[in-house]
Amino acid sequence: MTVALSSSEIADRLKNQFPEAITETKKECLIIKGDFLLDIASFLKNTPDLEFNYLSYITCVDYKDYFELVYQLVSTKHNHSLVLKTQCRQPEEPIVDSMVDLWKGADFQEREIYDLMGITFKGHPNLKRIFLWDGFQGHPLRKDNSNDTEN
Amino acid sequence: MTLKTEPFVINLGPVHPSTHGVFRLRATLDGEVVMDIEPIIGYLHRGIEKIAEGRNYKQDIPLTDRLDYVASMSNNLPYVMAVEKLAEIAVPERAEYIRIIMAEMQRIASHLLAVGSLANDLGTFFTPFQYMFREREKIVDLFEMVCGQRLLYNYMRFGGVSHDIPDEFIPALCKLVSTMPGFIDEYDQLLAENEILLARLKGVGILPKELAINSSVSGPMLRASGVEWDIRKVDSYSVYDRFNFDIPTEVIGDCYDRYRVRIQEMRQSVRILEQAIEQLPPGEVLAKVSPRLKPPVGEAYAHIEAPKGELGFYLVSDNSEKPYRLHIRAPSLINLTALREMVIGWKLADAIVIFGSIDICLGEVDR
Amino acid sequence: MQTSVTSFNPTFAFNTLPPDWPGNFWLHWLVFTIILIAFIIVSVIMFIWFERRLIGRFQIRLGPNRVGPFGLFQAIADVIKILTKEDIVPQKADKVVFWLAPLVALVPVLMVFAVVPLQSGAMLVDLNIGILYVVALSSIVSIGIFMAGWGSNNKYSIIGAMRDVAQLISYEIPLVLSIVGVVLLTGSLSLTEIVGAQNIPFILLQPIGFFVFFIGSLAEINRCPFDLVEAESEIIAGYNIEFSGSKFATFFLAEYSEAVLLSALTATLFLGGWSGPLLPPILWLLIKMFAVFAIIIWIRSTLPRFRIDQMMAFAWKFLLPLALINLLLTSLQIVFWPEASSWIIVLLSFAILVALILVWSKSFKPGGNKVGI
Repeated sequence: MTVALSSSEIADRLKNQFPEAITETKKECLIIKGDFLLDIASFLKNTPDLEFNYLSYITCVDYKDYFELVYQLVSTKHNHSLVLKTQCRQPEEPIVDSMVDLWKGADFQEREIYDLMGITFKGHPNLKRIFLWDGFQGHPLRKDNSNDTEN
Repeated sequence: MTLKTEPFVINLGPVHPSTHGVFRLRATLDGEVVMDIEPIIGYLHRGIEKIAEGRNYKQDIPLTDRLDYVASMSNNLPYVMAVEKLAEIAVPERAEYIRIIMAEMQRIASHLLAVGSLANDLGTFFTPFQYMFREREKIVDLFEMVCGQRLLYNYMRFGGVSHDIPDEFIPALCKLVSTMPGFIDEYDQLLAENEILLARLKGVGILPKELAINSSVSGPMLRASGVEWDIRKVDSYSVYDRFNFDIPTEVIGDCYDRYRVRIQEMRQSVRILEQAIEQLPPGEVLAKVSPRLKPPVGEAYAHIEAPKGELGFYLVSDNSEKPYRLHIRAPSLINLTALREMVIGWKLADAIVIFGSIDICLGEVDR
Repeated sequence: MQTSVTSFNPTFAFNTLPPDWPGNFWLHWLVFTIILIAFIIVSVIMFIWFERRLIGRFQIRLGPNRVGPFGLFQAIADVIKILTKEDIVPQKADKVVFWLAPLVALVPVLMVFAVVPLQSGAMLVDLNIGILYVVALSSIVSIGIFMAGWGSNNKYSIIGAMRDVAQLISYEIPLVLSIVGVVLLTGSLSLTEIVGAQNIPFILLQPIGFFVFFIGSLAEINRCPFDLVEAESEIIAGYNIEFSGSKFATFFLAEYSEAVLLSALTATLFLGGWSGPLLPPILWLLIKMFAVFAIIIWIRSTLPRFRIDQMMAFAWKFLLPLALINLLLTSLQIVFWPEASSWIIVLLSFAILVALILVWSKSFKPGGNKVGI
């Protein structure tokens, strides 16, 4: 079984290096500040006994007053996982650091989130719409999307 | 004297015999050599994640069928698992076994199709494809017996499966299980002892182990690169821990290895099916679940080893009848990330084969 | 056996006619040409039907069986369909080249049939340089294909056309060299004499030559595993991607006429042509042609396609040396051991063929690798 690492333990280890980074520690996930995302991710990836070398998925949830990005990190060496979250509280122009330099697998998923949720990923090499065409207005997965007819 | 040459941009797709759907590959060629590619997708985008937010939990099950439409049973499973995790629904044991039987049959069917269409990409004039379809047909017949459908099954429910398997199902399955290994061996022999096929596949499109992990590829592609990573073992779900089976892995990660892994996985699936038939307990197949299910506030992620890779559903509930957010971790889309690195430097014909060896389904890529 | 014609003279055709044939030379010319073209078209339709039915068998399905008895008229229905389709010419195509291409591809194939002996004396002209004429004309087809690829102004078709030229240049050489072995044994370039000289079919005396010729002819007619020109899974239809209606039909006819031609040539050069016991000669030729074509279909329905570099390597590193060795061995035998018993030579040739193929296939590495960009 993939062991879901206790987020409080990880939080304790992170506190030494990034004292101000952690916003909240929940049972199943660790919520950090967006500014520290890249540093913490590379710490998690490169620390020998953590070694989160596999980024399982990235997704984004629109909670109306903020966007929450969810990263599921897995280590294929130690077979453990961690859910890392960051909240993006600028609804007008949400910007998050891109993970492509750390995990190539983030490439298409970040483009997907950019396309459907409208989050800009700083440092992404090829950030453009992936599913919808270039002239499309708006971002359909946002809750306040103007293209909605039913909901 | 040197001739002046210039690169040549060519669009493979969206309507092309070997793109397995409406996939478009913008390739820059230097003669026959691929210098650069850019995958352009979205031609089949239906906004399933958005549609799901407008329907209730049960109505979303048929949507999942439409993801990887050649492996619908495997798509139902992680979705109902995610909802069960969210609403804490217990599944009867018999239902768990039936689910596994369906998922493993689906894996064989999907891999048969993958191998068949890979052979097609290599230029065998549909012959392996027809034989693979003959075996797939037997499996589809069994699915029809169980749920009345041949492509989009919509069979699994929260807390079990929609109805029990009919009496004639198990004898028919036993017959399938006893004949399938012979067919797999025969096809493997016919394909893998062909010199041209070996020359076309071996050493082509190598995906190194590190790059495979870094690119988040999953499923047979990851295992062909030498990573022993199968969700059925490493994060065992349902009742997979009760079966004996191996995770086939290869070393190099070329197209031939990906082919090998798929062939061997079919054999392992037959092994699982044999054990599942033996162990299949009697009893209920569907737990009592309210049709107007309102899971408590929270989120859940459930993933399975689908034929094409790790298929996961991330669900957020706000205690209403409709899911607040449904995200699908689509293996086909993420496996495509590695395509560019694998293709560059190979010939145009290889690019098609490498693409075919990834085995994507556009319904899942575009969603 | 026919008397060989010594000079190129329009009146020689009378030499090969029964004395009571009516009319003068030009009437004979006209009648025989029409008969020949009718024969080619009927054989093409039969070949298409035969291929579709046989591939159906290979692929555990029936194949066309609705139109007429055993689906025999399916190909005719297809011809009617294809001829009534709209003939589209792309706006940016090179119109003249685009129009000429199907004709340039078809006419040389039809012309080659003039020298193929359908039975003793039944041929339009008995050229004493028959085989040279065949080789010279059948390569012109490639020009038609290249014109089609170039004139369409389409990227896929230009790739297909380029591949075709590369393929033709590579495979023509071993093909011709393998024919030279037959010519050495016969001592004549005339196809009639080649048939006449085959007391034992040359496939037994020249197995290496047959092997090289057969593979070379597969490449010549762009058949699997050398169908890179129209590789469906890569470049969709290759050179004829922009063609429709009667132009496409012409290409289709050219392609299948070439298949008929190569089957007939293989039968003539290596399988004894029209000669055979009991049955009438034309039937023998047809049986042999269909047998050769059945093997071509078998290969088509079984083998994957080569990659372009593998195909070139196969021609230059595998077939060409084999053809040269065959030529050397045949010449040595004719010069130093002309009185050898045929059966010893049959045994020896097969032993050498097996040994060569074994040695070569062990040491032969097809094609290149990844190219650094």
